[in-house]
Amino acid sequence: MSTGGLLRWAPRLTLALLVVPVAAGLLGTVIPAFSQDAKGLRALLDWPGLPRAAILSLTTGVAATALSLAVTLLLVASLWGTRAFALIQHMLAPLLSVPHAAAALGLAFLIAPSGWIVRLVSPWATGWALPPDLLILNDPYGLSLTLGLVTKEVPFLFLMALAALPQTDVTRRINVAQSLGAGRVAAFVISVFPSLYRQLRLPVYAVLAYSMTAVEMAMILGPTRPYTLSVQVVIWMADPMLTGRATASAGAILQLALVGLALGLWVGSERLARRLLVYLAEAGLRAHGLDPVARWVAVVAGALTSGALILGLAGLAVWSVAGLWQFPDVLPESLTLRTWLRAAPDLVSTGGVTLGIAALATALSLALVLACLEAEHRFALLPGSGALWVLYLPLLVPQVAFLPGLQIAALRSGAEGHWVAVSAAHMVFVLPYVFLSLAPAYRAWDSRIAVAGMALGATPSRVFWRLRLPMVLRPVLTAAAVGGAVSVGQYLPTLLIGGGRIETLTTEAVALSSGGNRRLIGAYALLQMILPAVGFALALLVPALLFRNRRGMSVAS
Amino acid sequence: MNRRHFLLASALMLALPAQAQTAWDSTLEAAKGQTVYWHAWGGDPKINDFIAWVGEQAQARHGVSIEHVKLASTADAVARVLGERDAGITTGGAVDLIWINGENFAAMKDQGLLFGPFAEQLPNWPLMDVAGKPAVVTDFTLPTEGFESPWAMAQFVFEYDSTRLPEPPRSLAALKDWIIANPGRFSYPQPPDYLGTTFLKQVAYGTLADPSVMQQPLDEATYDATVAPMWAWLDEVTPALWRAGKAYPQNEPALGQLLADAEVDVGFALNPGRASAEIAAGNLADTVRTFTLEGGTIGNASFVAIPFNAAHQAGAQVVANLLLDPEIQARAQDPNILGFQTVLDLSSLADTDRARFDALELGVATLSPADLGPALLEPHGSWMVRIGQDWIARYGVAQ
Amino acid sequence: MTGVLELQGLCVYHGAAQVVALDLAVAPGEVLTIMGPSGSGKSTALAAVMGTLSPAFRTEGRVILMGRDITTLPAHQRRVGLLFQDDVLFPHLSVGENLAFALPPSVKGRQARRAAIDAALDAADLSGFAARDPATLSGGQRARVALMRTLLAQPCALLLDEPFSRLDASLRAQIRSFVLSRVRNEGLPAVLVTHDAEDAVAAGGPVVSPLGQPVAL
Repeated sequence: MSTGGLLRWAPRLTLALLVVPVAAGLLGTVIPAFSQDAKGLRALLDWPGLPRAAILSLTTGVAATALSLAVTLLLVASLWGTRAFALIQHMLAPLLSVPHAAAALGLAFLIAPSGWIVRLVSPWATGWALPPDLLILNDPYGLSLTLGLVTKEVPFLFLMALAALPQTDVTRRINVAQSLGAGRVAAFVISVFPSLYRQLRLPVYAVLAYSMTAVEMAMILGPTRPYTLSVQVVIWMADPMLTGRATASAGAILQLALVGLALGLWVGSERLARRLLVYLAEAGLRAHGLDPVARWVAVVAGALTSGALILGLAGLAVWSVAGLWQFPDVLPESLTLRTWLRAAPDLVSTGGVTLGIAALATALSLALVLACLEAEHRFALLPGSGALWVLYLPLLVPQVAFLPGLQIAALRSGAEGHWVAVSAAHMVFVLPYVFLSLAPAYRAWDSRIAVAGMALGATPSRVFWRLRLPMVLRPVLTAAAVGGAVSVGQYLPTLLIGGGRIETLTTEAVALSSGGNRRLIGAYALLQMILPAVGFALALLVPALLFRNRRGMSVAS
Repeated sequence: MNRRHFLLASALMLALPAQAQTAWDSTLEAAKGQTVYWHAWGGDPKINDFIAWVGEQAQARHGVSIEHVKLASTADAVARVLGERDAGITTGGAVDLIWINGENFAAMKDQGLLFGPFAEQLPNWPLMDVAGKPAVVTDFTLPTEGFESPWAMAQFVFEYDSTRLPEPPRSLAALKDWIIANPGRFSYPQPPDYLGTTFLKQVAYGTLADPSVMQQPLDEATYDATVAPMWAWLDEVTPALWRAGKAYPQNEPALGQLLADAEVDVGFALNPGRASAEIAAGNLADTVRTFTLEGGTIGNASFVAIPFNAAHQAGAQVVANLLLDPEIQARAQDPNILGFQTVLDLSSLADTDRARFDALELGVATLSPADLGPALLEPHGSWMVRIGQDWIARYGVAQ
Repeated sequence: MTGVLELQGLCVYHGAAQVVALDLAVAPGEVLTIMGPSGSGKSTALAAVMGTLSPAFRTEGRVILMGRDITTLPAHQRRVGLLFQDDVLFPHLSVGENLAFALPPSVKGRQARRAAIDAALDAADLSGFAARDPATLSGGQRARVALMRTLLAQPCALLLDEPFSRLDASLRAQIRSFVLSRVRNEGLPAVLVTHDAEDAVAAGGPVVSPLGQPVAL
């Protein structure tokens, strides 16, 4: 049991790994905001766009979160157990692995007045020989941004719901409620939703915090007069004047306060919703008429969100091989591989760096998460709700609020600019996702296997390596793929901790996106997706191949 | 090497004090094997390819390799050097070379963040057309004093698709009338974007009673009255802009994409060769042409500067010098490559080198130097900053 | 190698409630039966002997196996074999690999290990099943593999946690006699937990409740 001592420390080490960077980064952000007579704060208050930017941050964030949650719940409630549900499950991983920037750029081309949708119906149906002068992208209310966020957050919430559902005993509860006369949706709302939502709360909070502070998506789809607060903070951060950085810090603190406020409002409305649910249950909600409508809305909403993502990416794929492509042509005049040939050398080097960073961050995160879960199992530790909050900390605290401070710390220590440092910074975001994706399956493992193994004289570590790890190989590889995808998609941590010297597919894609070159953006967005997609494919194929003659290891059982 | 070139080279060597020659030799020696981290805007694949090619040349000729750090904004690199200084990093900094000009240069020079002066000691400096292109030593009215080395000339040109707009408006007044008569067909990048602010200065040139006041730092006492005609011009056109002025493209490529998508009929760039290069790359229709305004358009130069704490200062100087090499300059001016105008004085070049430039085709959409018209001087940097800020207060926040 | 399994004042508490109180010895080849309704602490008693009790329980007393005090030893060092209600075969390993997992490292050499596995399969009427996927076996075959796997680990005592309750009636008697006869042949002290009187009768040993009270059949 020589490893027992170390293993026992794994959970504490892991929590420290999440708390320390966030706390240190926050401190590094707070200080410049209030130093020198708080001139950063004063500059922030002088900014004419402040009220609107702050309100935009709140409205787009809350709207995107509420919509994503509603679509997710509708999908689960009306499609659970159907073939469509299985289809969605299969599409989930690839949709999740699409980086935000790529998704936003694809969506932008789809819905712009000169985009694919208008091209498809012009000029024969609309009479438009020129793109209509409609304010769709960068609209002042942030509607495009909200739509973009929803397309990316629905897959995430759906995945979290999938993980939570087995613990809520959906089928039986719905059957019982339906046998008591409730419609399907009413049955779901009354009998499943409360316990499902309890487990979805933290993911929902993370979605809220992310949606309010998204940088890449807001740069591409969001309002520009003014920008959302998070984008403006990043712009200030890049300001060559010293005051810009202090203003950025003050803005980041305000951003943090706004997220806190929004979370407070959200929790308040949870209370109201709970009362409403109790009232509905007592009133004997049946609502049979709702079922067909809900199913219809769910299918349309699901198709819209996934369709927007898929079509947008397809559009980028076509752009990546397009020659001249003028409005209102639905397809390019000519196809060429020039963009790809041009990107090829960069792809190899940048892809290599991206892969290296993702592999290290994922491997370390996976090792730590496995150590935590194994320690939890061996020492019968009961993770408190505090531990779960810590796990979500890097997802709840806005990146713009703590990464600038972390960058200064990295600079002082001399670690900044090295790919290992970037990888370490990625771990702060990779680890929670790896944990969230692996823990349910790891905990669900039949612990009698461990008892059986030990009764046969096997040490705990032999049980771990020979029994548990192979048996949970599929979820472990899936968690690794999720972690890899998260790492590949990181923009701000790579940019700031890498000091601009570490180029990944994502930093390249975002740098290119400022140039608006759809062809190259298309190529990079696809390349950005290939790495995570390969990861997910391996997570499916490797266990299938290893256990091809083991019926007890098939997905169904 | 032909005779004339040899003579010129000898003359140059003679002109340089022996000490300087030795100094450059030791710079070359120190640079060998170094990797220069060149922080440059990475939004245009043509430019990225060009920088990669310069990297090959630097490797082949001097054993110096170039790592292009692709920026979304030049200010990122400036902020980085500032951050390093604040963290006490005075040597071994991450940024070796920055593509820079205007306010970024002013800010770095002002704060003592630059290495130098070095530019006028570069062996290729004597080829520079200082007399013909004063912008190579005056960056937004600020004397460069050798703290940055120019490598390309830029001039503001409008771009339009001749099939949609047979006769473009060639004065600011005509442009205003055309915008109002054709609502939704014109826009400009949102200030404080570099090109967007340059457009505002172009408007100022056409509307201010005496544009020459912009060559001095702005005077608070008279500023409001001075620029009032510029705001008046903008107030008139804004309702007729693309999206009625409720949204703006973010930068030059975004505006270029609007032109390519036929969302606007007139775009512009700070590069007379951009349209031709985009046509050659298949990104714009070959019916796109360019025009300038009757009184001339703003011209400026692109520079490279070296931060005070750069880890590879020798290598960075070698690259700055290489950028002035006639072969490299000619390639940059090739409309199929970049279409950037050279900073060199063609008459000072050897025949073979001049022939490289003579062999270049203008490109289908590029104006000849004569048609390009006069290049107006950049206003003092204080105007750019202030006009950009005021624009945000006036138009940058939805009413 | 056989010996006596002694439970010396073995008491298990859950909070203030006592759930197990056993003070007895099981002779080699003897099967002690612990009977009681579900939730009465039967499985808790086994877990106390096995060493897999959750920390929510408090234990007093000692467990002595072949004169060795195993009370504080971790489960894998106790040399106590266990058969579950289900066979709990490792689904990712073949039948042969399941058996090989149990073989102590003292059986050295590939041939010797192979021979030990084949002998175990022969004894269970499963000759030639080494390469099979356990999921393709019938319930009876799986139960026999599970027992052989337990015996291959060369335990000094055997715990049987309702091992026959999931089997259908026709198989049940057959597997029960197979297991009990192996226990007697090996001369192992065994503890059987069941709520089925038939099992207790077949076991032939003393029958007690988890709290040590004799149970009349």
